[in-house]
Amino acid sequence: MKSTLKVSLGLATGLAASTAMTGVSQAEDLTLCWAAWDPANALVELSKDFTAQTGIGMKFEFVPWTNYADRFLNELNSKGKLCDLIIGDSQWIGGSAENGHYVKLNDFFDKEGIKMSDFVDATVVGYSQWPKNTPNYWSLPAFGDVVGWTYRKDWFAKPELQAAFKEKYGRDLAVPATFAELKDIAEFFQGREVDGKKVYGASIYTERGSEGVTMGVMDVLYSFGFKYENPDKPYEMEGFVNSEKSVKGLEFYKALYDCCTPPGASNSYMGEGIDSFKSGQVALHMNFAFTWPGLQKDEMVGGEKVGFFANPAGPDGEKLAQLGGQGISVVSYSDKQDAALQYIKWFATADVQKKWWSLGGFSCLKAVVEDPGFAASQPYAQTFLDSMAIVKDFWAEPSYASLLQASQKRFHDYVVAGQGTAKEALDGLVKDWTEVFEDDGKM
Amino acid sequence: MQDLPAGKPVVTDTHPSLLDRTMEAAARATPEPLANTVRGLSDRMVAWLFIAPTILLLLAINIFPLIWAIQLSFTNYRANRPNEVVKNIGLQNYERILTDTDTWIAMQTTAHFVFWTILLQTLIGFTLAYLIDRKFRGHAFWTTIILVPMMLSPAVVGNFWRFLYEPQIGLFTYIVSFFTGIATTDILMLSNVKLAPWSIIIVDTWMWTPYVMLICLAGLRSIPDYIYEAAEVDRASNWRQFWSITLPMALPFIMLAVLFRGIENFKMFDMVNLLTGGGPGSTTEVASITLKREAFEKWRTGFSSAFAIILFVAVFGLANIYVKVLNRVKSR
Repeated sequence: MKSTLKVSLGLATGLAASTAMTGVSQAEDLTLCWAAWDPANALVELSKDFTAQTGIGMKFEFVPWTNYADRFLNELNSKGKLCDLIIGDSQWIGGSAENGHYVKLNDFFDKEGIKMSDFVDATVVGYSQWPKNTPNYWSLPAFGDVVGWTYRKDWFAKPELQAAFKEKYGRDLAVPATFAELKDIAEFFQGREVDGKKVYGASIYTERGSEGVTMGVMDVLYSFGFKYENPDKPYEMEGFVNSEKSVKGLEFYKALYDCCTPPGASNSYMGEGIDSFKSGQVALHMNFAFTWPGLQKDEMVGGEKVGFFANPAGPDGEKLAQLGGQGISVVSYSDKQDAALQYIKWFATADVQKKWWSLGGFSCLKAVVEDPGFAASQPYAQTFLDSMAIVKDFWAEPSYASLLQASQKRFHDYVVAGQGTAKEALDGLVKDWTEVFEDDGKM
Repeated sequence: MQDLPAGKPVVTDTHPSLLDRTMEAAARATPEPLANTVRGLSDRMVAWLFIAPTILLLLAINIFPLIWAIQLSFTNYRANRPNEVVKNIGLQNYERILTDTDTWIAMQTTAHFVFWTILLQTLIGFTLAYLIDRKFRGHAFWTTIILVPMMLSPAVVGNFWRFLYEPQIGLFTYIVSFFTGIATTDILMLSNVKLAPWSIIIVDTWMWTPYVMLICLAGLRSIPDYIYEAAEVDRASNWRQFWSITLPMALPFIMLAVLFRGIENFKMFDMVNLLTGGGPGSTTEVASITLKREAFEKWRTGFSSAFAIILFVAVFGLANIYVKVLNRVKSR
């Protein structure tokens, strides 16, 4: 009886102690919310150093891209306490700042000596500032990303293909300098047999549900001369969104989709693009830079077989690319804001940013990307730098979701379903966007 | 009902079950004042006590949200702008929806989808039920096999049909190519504007025809044999028996199946979302997909509430008219 009592007491004490310990560790743990993708795994690895240094445990809530916006915007809108830190998409910045979801970081940056001038300018504007181009910071640039291209370097190097290309187009089969050249290459490969297998020209974004087709179309339209608004009169879109140059750009994107994509690629985004490239289906592949480390390491298509290039130029020589990437913010509903700020302070240090890059995270710190050895550190590093130098982003207004859904519909209807003309699609887009801004009282 | 003697209840069963013993223990443990109170309740009150939790639950998760949605439908409320002042805008949302071309296109797409799925499911379902009702050898086995698609989750069905429709590796496209000679890469079931609506209709028909068959089978089995025997005596042909006995007597069941499938397909979401996501373009964007986009992608909560109310009224009104017709057919 005595021994039973001892065992019971021991168990009860152990249980009480473990419960108390769990309580302590839970109180200290931070939860970081982000998308479920390769860089998130790198961040988990990186954050182990933070825990080792501070004793603060890190928990992660990663959601697949297709549900990422729905899930976390719902969480923020309902003032949920799930996330202490969030790496939110660049377009959320306006809504999250105006609706009070993010903690404003200006005072914190001043106190800790974190200078925004230490980060790549485009990422500061894209991920941190609201209103844009004003010194109001809501995030620390966390992951630089941009749309660029990968291509099959081994196919380009085949003498028989080079000869056939030269015969047809009168120039070498090489990285395209313009979008017109890119289309020639895609057409050349479409339906061609390479290594005994039928291959296709290019994988481009066509996804309808979230943001895919808009990211792809915009990536091309910018270099054709598309402008969101009159630079001198904000929100005036007539003649800018639907300018003749924009129409040409949209027609080009549709032509590229019609001529040169694999069959059935009508709802393709990041994942589908990676699949089509890795399976050896396509010669060219449009995707965000975050995919490059994975493709470089791939056993089938990586190493010497893959090459990278930034967006080629449009008809007038203009070169621009769609910005991706995100900043890291402290959620204003979190009870652990001090610890969350401690994480941001740690994340902003040069050593951590260097390790972030080495693990596969695209650092936005100038000290990292402007380091003389950076360009040669990875085969895609120079392309990343070139692409980040020409970025442009979609609307980051609080109504970005409505603006995005309108463009998703208009672009998909025209590019994939072939309904109407490019001019009608862009005129319709001006109408939709005007309606959104009128509802917001901005027009 | 025999009154229990006053005081503690007496167990009369010589071998009381565990349940009886538990109830007896509970009765003994009930304080005397409470026991008297319960004993004084009328049957109606006891009935109310039993159904009250269900009614409360219904009010909380059905009626209250409905009333709230009606209220929101008259406002400009957006769930992603918690700090913004909510304005009452009267019937503006309703007016915008009813005059919006895209809404009507979505309604037409829904109607097209509902019409063809119901037509195909009823025809195939009734034919299958008629065959199964013949009670041939192994009919029970085949009934079970036919019912399998209905038992699968729509998420699973949507995903594997997406693979079946794949132009390069899909089994469906391979079979179609084998019989028609068209190259598999030209059979773009989910990407082609003309084929995409049919790809959804095919999957929905594959999945839900067994359900219609089951209801029709119940109808066919409910027809008494003596009616057919009388028809045989009158030397009525099989064709005549079918038109004069089978179809009229099974009609209320067929109509019931049509009602159930009609309501379900009017609010079809999962299959369309998984197969095409409303695309290509907006060719398969049924009303429920539009509603989801307005509510959870554009965050126009007031607007989407109004849209939901319009859909609810449409389904409720049509279903009511249909039920009246159904009752008339049954009473004939």
